[in-house]
Amino acid sequence: MTFDYAPAPESRAVVDLASSYGLFIDGEFTEGAGGGLRKTVSPATEEVLAEYTQGTADDVDRAVKAARAAFEKWSALPGAERAKYLFRIARIIQERSRELAVLETLDNGKPIREARDADLPLVAAHFFYYAGWADKLDHAGLGPNPRPLGVAGQVIPWNFPLLMLAWKVAPALACGNTVVLKPAETTPLSALFFADICRQAGLPKGVVNIVTGDGSTGAALVAHPGIDKVAFTGSTEVGKAIARTVAGTDKKLTLELGGKAANIVFDDAPIDQAVEGIVNGIFFNQGHVCCAGSRLLVQESVQDELLDALKRRMATLRVGDPLDKNTDIGAINSAEQLARITELADAGEAEGAERWAPACELPGAGYWFAPTLFTGVTQAHRIAREEVFGPVLSVLTFRTPEEAVAKANNTPYGLSAGIWTEKGSRMLWMASKLRAGVIWSNTFNKFDPTSPFGGYKESGFGREGGRHGLEAYLNV
Amino acid sequence: MSERLAVFKTYKLYVGGKFPRSESGRVYEVTDAKGSWLANAPLASRKDARDAVVAARKAFGGWSGATAYNRGQILYRVAEMLEGRRDQFVAEVADAEGLSKAKAAAQVDAAVDRWVWYAGWSDKVAQIAGSSNPVAGPYFNLSAPEPTGVVAVVAPQESSFLGLVSVLAPVIVTGNTAVVVAAERAPLPALSLAEVLATSDLPGGVVNLLSGRTAELSAPLAAHQDVNALDLAGADAALATELETAAADNLKRVLRPRATDWTADPGTDRLLSFLETKTVWHPMGV
Repeated sequence: MTFDYAPAPESRAVVDLASSYGLFIDGEFTEGAGGGLRKTVSPATEEVLAEYTQGTADDVDRAVKAARAAFEKWSALPGAERAKYLFRIARIIQERSRELAVLETLDNGKPIREARDADLPLVAAHFFYYAGWADKLDHAGLGPNPRPLGVAGQVIPWNFPLLMLAWKVAPALACGNTVVLKPAETTPLSALFFADICRQAGLPKGVVNIVTGDGSTGAALVAHPGIDKVAFTGSTEVGKAIARTVAGTDKKLTLELGGKAANIVFDDAPIDQAVEGIVNGIFFNQGHVCCAGSRLLVQESVQDELLDALKRRMATLRVGDPLDKNTDIGAINSAEQLARITELADAGEAEGAERWAPACELPGAGYWFAPTLFTGVTQAHRIAREEVFGPVLSVLTFRTPEEAVAKANNTPYGLSAGIWTEKGSRMLWMASKLRAGVIWSNTFNKFDPTSPFGGYKESGFGREGGRHGLEAYLNV
Repeated sequence: MSERLAVFKTYKLYVGGKFPRSESGRVYEVTDAKGSWLANAPLASRKDARDAVVAARKAFGGWSGATAYNRGQILYRVAEMLEGRRDQFVAEVADAEGLSKAKAAAQVDAAVDRWVWYAGWSDKVAQIAGSSNPVAGPYFNLSAPEPTGVVAVVAPQESSFLGLVSVLAPVIVTGNTAVVVAAERAPLPALSLAEVLATSDLPGGVVNLLSGRTAELSAPLAAHQDVNALDLAGADAALATELETAAADNLKRVLRPRATDWTADPGTDRLLSFLETKTVWHPMGV
């Protein structure tokens, strides 16, 4: 006999959505300067959740001016006072975490289990961590008399909307900067709710400004002559365009971009743990993770055993309603992203790799992609080279540690990597040879506000998190 | 008895531990501050620049993998070799920059001391730039700096020797390898430094020195897909913008030019500019 899961939906009544949202500039919601309204939809159902404002260059200018006006007082506040505002924000996020988790799941499509257990706790922790730095910057070891940069222009992606906001806003404010933040086109809502948290915390007006819109809004922000700092998380392609935009200016730049991480499994690895790590590495957040372990490098001698176990595990993944507490894989964030994943997966098949996915029923409405595995992948295949940003795993094999390193490093990216082995000396040797900013050994996709995160090579530069994360927002 | 005729030196490039002429066969006239002929320096080509990148890449694995202690000793050895050839460099710097002997000597002495300062950083930089991170879970978590890779350096134009040493030493002490474009009008002290480097146990290819037109040589380096970082110390504003734009193509780390007093305490800024932070996680448990 088989057991079925009963539906276990999280209630969405906890989220009170307005029908439309303005721009949060200088401490209040205001109408845009004529860019019109856009719609944000639930990717799981395609229902329109709310309308929001398409920010224009004029709106960006207004926000930058508000941030500039607020900078003098904010940066002059004693660090201990700035800290207390950030502690307040951290606490209010904890208080409202259920509401924010449901909101994030509605707008992004990620499983409520992940929004509730990963995103929101990390958001609060990030504010709590950087709050404590605000009055200790002199002790950060970054040089004498560290000063804030001024106004930070921050552009964030749709995969972890509120978490990426926290990674950007918390260190910026702790260091005494003011910010203009542009959330992603498909996930503006949690940033707009964050504006309300700033209000509840009594944050001085103009310290945080939220300007929603599409890529053109972000482009106007990074090109604005009135900002001193650009922080961007998103695609490598856009990151390069931003690097060109700021060339020749005094703007400080940090970029957290794409990845094509190798997850390397040696024959002595505990197979069951490795399988959990592989699944977490590529199917967490539908694979919409820049550091996703999208290339599985498995030692030839355990290839069959590992792939059998992995397929068995993948067959148990539950794909469907993101609000259901038993869901493992939610909705793909947008029709565009679904098209991109579909195109790359089709290319994988066309180029000769073997495609496998467990039998799973996908909902009729919304954007969905089954967890998918490709074997027989070569390093030349597009699915081994390009970032899919979806639940698609490419499996390659190796025989020696040297071969694993060569294959793992054979990418223009360098954000993260995974190593699975029981042999400590081999793990440390591998970790030293892999050209990537974060190495997870015998674990994967772990994040913490104290732990610096960021890439080598074309995965960008600068670090977010930890003491290192302060440097991006200080003049030292 | 007639006065003895001096033996001139043919100045050459320094690439991959060897002293080639430019593959282009070109040279250009280098004069002193008053316009008198000093030497014909190689007018390096784009091809020479690309060859230098290949040499620097080839050397990166060994140099970045050497122990910090070893790198520190080699940089200290450079200071020793330089001290021994002090008079030669005083004369060359005096000619190149139109300085009195005393002022040139001060530049050379400061350059020797700079090698010593950076030599001592080799096994300390990880201790000031790294961290142990107390994550909220049962994990060992450590961040440590690693060299960025191949760094293209546009050496300062006004300070042909102290400026050069001040930008080169912080790049290589942490394990990066370098391709350096020497000061365009005063390349001779840089080319002579190559002779010091070649006799200091520095592996071939760790430092590659090119003389020629700054704009001509720096453009292919800024656009090169196997260069990881760019120090624009010696680029003027227009050239710096052009190079930074080209560098975006593979997201090179870029250190922008700014007014610098090369005689002042250098601080750690340049040292820390060409490092990547690697963070390693591992679960703890029995």
